[in-house]
Amino acid sequence: MSSDDDMEVMDPPNVEAEEEQEQQKEKRKPQETSTLSLSSKTKEHSQEVSNDQMDIEAYASLYKKRTKVSRLLFIANHCNNEAMELEALRMAHEEICKGENTSHYKEVCEKINGRLGPAFTLNQEWIDTVDRRAEQRLERLEIELNGYKTNLIKESIRMGYNDLGDFYNERGDLQQAFKNFVRTRDYCTTSKHIISMCLNVILVAINLGQFHHVSNYVAKAEQTPDNLEPLIVAKLKVAAGLAYLENQKYKLAARKFVETSPDLGASFNDVIAAQDVATYGGLCALASFDRAELKSKVIENRNFKNYLELVPEVRELIHDFYASRYASCLGYLQKLKTNLTLDIHLHDHVESLYTLIRHKALIQYTTPFISVNLNRMADAFKTTVVGLEKELAALIMENQIQARIDSHNKILHARHADQRNGTFQRSLQTGTDFERETRAMLVRANLLKHDMVVRGTRK
Amino acid sequence: MENTDSLDNLVAQVQGLSGCTEDLAHLASILKQSEEAISAKGAPRLHIAISLLDPAVHSLGYLFFLDAQSCDPLPKDQAEEFLNTAIHFINVCSKDQIQLAPEKFTMLCKSMKESALQLNSPMRVVLPLHNAILKLQPSPQYLTALHAEFFLVCVLAKCYTSASVVLEEQIFEIDPKKCLITPKDFLLYCYYGGMLCIGLKKFAKALEFFHHAITAPATVLSAIVVESYKKFILVSLIENGQVPSFPKYTPAVSIRYLKTCTQDYLELANSFSTRNISDLQRCVASHEDAFKKDSNLGLVKQVVSSLYKRNIQRLTQTYVTLSLEDIASTVQLASPKDAELYILRMIQEGEIFAVINQKDGMVCFHEDPEQYKTTDITQRLDEKIRQIISLERKVTSMDEHISCDQAYLSRVGRDRSRYDLEDYDLVPQKMFQTS
Repeated sequence: MSSDDDMEVMDPPNVEAEEEQEQQKEKRKPQETSTLSLSSKTKEHSQEVSNDQMDIEAYASLYKKRTKVSRLLFIANHCNNEAMELEALRMAHEEICKGENTSHYKEVCEKINGRLGPAFTLNQEWIDTVDRRAEQRLERLEIELNGYKTNLIKESIRMGYNDLGDFYNERGDLQQAFKNFVRTRDYCTTSKHIISMCLNVILVAINLGQFHHVSNYVAKAEQTPDNLEPLIVAKLKVAAGLAYLENQKYKLAARKFVETSPDLGASFNDVIAAQDVATYGGLCALASFDRAELKSKVIENRNFKNYLELVPEVRELIHDFYASRYASCLGYLQKLKTNLTLDIHLHDHVESLYTLIRHKALIQYTTPFISVNLNRMADAFKTTVVGLEKELAALIMENQIQARIDSHNKILHARHADQRNGTFQRSLQTGTDFERETRAMLVRANLLKHDMVVRGTRK
Repeated sequence: MENTDSLDNLVAQVQGLSGCTEDLAHLASILKQSEEAISAKGAPRLHIAISLLDPAVHSLGYLFFLDAQSCDPLPKDQAEEFLNTAIHFINVCSKDQIQLAPEKFTMLCKSMKESALQLNSPMRVVLPLHNAILKLQPSPQYLTALHAEFFLVCVLAKCYTSASVVLEEQIFEIDPKKCLITPKDFLLYCYYGGMLCIGLKKFAKALEFFHHAITAPATVLSAIVVESYKKFILVSLIENGQVPSFPKYTPAVSIRYLKTCTQDYLELANSFSTRNISDLQRCVASHEDAFKKDSNLGLVKQVVSSLYKRNIQRLTQTYVTLSLEDIASTVQLASPKDAELYILRMIQEGEIFAVINQKDGMVCFHEDPEQYKTTDITQRLDEKIRQIISLERKVTSMDEHISCDQAYLSRVGRDRSRYDLEDYDLVPQKMFQTS
C-alpha cells in the first residue's frame, strides 16, 4: 500500500517529466516550434517594453499557482502605472479565485478597491464557503493524521503530514506548510521520500523568501545516495541558483543556472519559468564570469543555449558582450531594465548586476591596449568623455584597471607593474613588519615572564 | 647625643666603606637598616652630613642622605637647593654604587623631577634624568622606572629631540626585580614614548609604542591604555589611513571595552574611511569638544590634512596629468591655489613625484623614480637582514630559555605522558637500530 501512496505523491512531477520526454521523443520538432512561438511572443513583449508597458498576460502565462499571484502582486505594487497595476490585479484575482487562498483574495480585493467594477468586489459569501470547506478539510486531515499516529504506520504519518502541508500551502499559510513538510522528514524511509520532502520544503521556502533553507535542503537532496532524475537535478540547480542570487553570490548563481539542463521546461513554473533561467543565468554570468568562462560555459554550452533561445535579447546581449559590441549590448540591457525591475527575484539585484556588467565591459575594453583614446571609448559606450573618465578613475582606484588617465590629452595609458621594484618594496616592508611584530612579541613575553600584568588595585 | 653619634658614626662608615665591592655591599645593608634613623634626623643635620661626603666617591651614602631630605614636599627655596644638589649628584655619582640601591635612586630621581615641576622648569632635569637612566640600567635593553619620568619631562619641556636616543633604544628586558618597575611604569613609558614620537613625527614608531600599551597583559582596563588607544586611532589614520583590528593577543578586557570608551574616535575613523572630506569635517566639528578635552585636537587636525594628502596620492595612481582645478574639485579643496600648495608641499616632502605646469594649470604625476639599483638600497637591505638576524638570535635564546624552564617543562611533560606514549618508545628503538 505504501508504495502506491508514494507514487501518488510523486505523481505530478513525474507525469510532467514523462510528457516532456515524450515531447522530446518526437524528435524535437514540436519543441522547436514551441520555442519559436515563444520567442516570437517575447519579441512582442520586448516591443511592449520599449513602450514602457510590459505584456502582463504573456508574462503571467509562464507561471502558475502561488508564484503567479505573488509575481502579479509584485508588479502591481512596483509598476507606478495604474493601467498596468489594475491589469495585474485583475489577473491575480482570476488566479486566486481558482484556489483557496482567502487571505490573498482579501488583499487583492482591497487593492482593487472597486476600480474594476462590481465583478471584482469582495465576495464575502465565497470567502465563507471556502473557509468553511477548508476548516472541514483541516479537521478531517488532522483526525486522519492522529489515527495514523496511534497506529504508528510511518508511511501513513508521512502522507498525513504531506497532505497537511499541501493544504496549508494552498491556503497560503506558508509557515504551517513549511513546518508540516519538515516534519515528514522523520518518517522518510527511502531517498525518494527525502527528495520529495526536500522539493516541497524548497518550494515553500522560496515562496517564503527564506533562502538559507533553500540552499540547506538543496544540499540535503543532493546528498541522497541514489542517482537523481535529470528533472529533479535541474529543479535543485535552479533552486540553488535562486538562493545564491538572493545572497548576491552572482558567480555561484550563474554556475547553477548555466548548468541547468533543458529538461526543466515548464515543469517548475510554480517557481520559475525557463525564460527566467535564461535571464537570471545570462545576467549573472555576464556580471561574474571572465571571458574564457563566458565562452566555455555560456556561449558554447548546448544546454543553456536552449534557454537562451527563449529570450533572444539576453542571447544577443551576451553575444554582443563577447564580441565587444558594447554599445548594442548596453542598449539591450537598457531595454530589458524596466521589465527586470518588475521581476520578483531580480529587482533587488538589477542595479548591482548592471553596474558589474558595465564595469566588466569597461575593463574588457581597456585590457588589450597600451593606450586608449577616451573620445573613441566614450563613443563605444555611448557616454560623455567626462563621465567615462570618472567611471574609469573609480575603477582604477579600486585596482580593477591597471592604467592611468592623461586627463589633459584624454588618453588612457596602460600601466605595467614593475615586478622587480615591487619585490624590493614588498621585501623591505615584510622585513620591517616582521621585525616590529617580533619585538612586540619579545616585550610581551618578558612582561608575562615577570608577571607584569595590569591589575585592579581594589579586590 | 646618641643620635649625633650614630649619624657621625654612619658618616664615618660611609667614608670608610666606599672603597671596594665587598665593603660596599656591607655598607648598603648598614644603610638600609638605619634608613629610618636617617630620615628621623632634621634637615639641617643632614646638610652637615652631606657636606662631609663626596658625591662621586661616596655615592651610596650620599644617595641615602640626600633622599632623606626630600621626603616631604619642600618649600620653594629649599626645592631649588635640593634640585641643584640632586642634579649635581646624578651627573657625577658612581654607577656601581647606586646600582646597589636602585629603589633609593629611583625615588631620588622622582623627587628631583617633582621639585623641577614645582619650580616650573622641567627642562633642567631632562639631561640629568637621561644620565640617571644610563646609570641605573644594567644594559641599554633594560626598562627602568625612570624611562616614563624622563619621557614625561621631555614632553613637558617639549625637548622631543633629546629623547630620541632613548626612544630608538629597543627595550626588551623588563625585570621588576632589577629595575623596580610596575606595570603602570611600563604603560606610561609606552604612552609618553608614543607622544614623543608624535612630536618628532615618527608616526610608525609612535604606533609601535601605543601598540605595546594596548596589548600589554591586563585584567582590568587602564586609563592609560584608553588614552593610548585614542592616540593610536588618530596616528593610524595619519600613517596608514585605517585603523587595524586588535591582534589576537590583546587582553580580553581591552577588546571588550576599548571600543566603547573611544566612540568619538572610531566615528572619526569611520568617516575617514569614506574618504570624503566634508563628512570628516562634519564629524570633527560634532566631536570637537571631546577631542579638545583629551587635548587631541591638534592630532585630529593632522588627520584631516592627511586625508587631503591621501586623496591626492590616490590621484597620482589614477592620472598621468590632471588640471589643478580638477584636483581641487575631486579632493574638495577650496581653490586650485590650495591644491597647488598641497601638491608643492607633498613634492617637497617626497610623498609624491610630480611636476606642476603653471602655464596650463596642469599637474603631471610621475612614477616613483626609485629603481632599487643603487648601493644605498643594498646597504639598507643588508642592514635590515643584520637586524633581523640579531633579533632571531634573541628569539632563539629565549626559546632555549623557555625549553629549560621548570614550570614549562612540568606542564608540557604532564600533557605528553597523557597523550603519546610512543614518544618514550621511539628513542630506545632508534638507539637499538643504530647500534
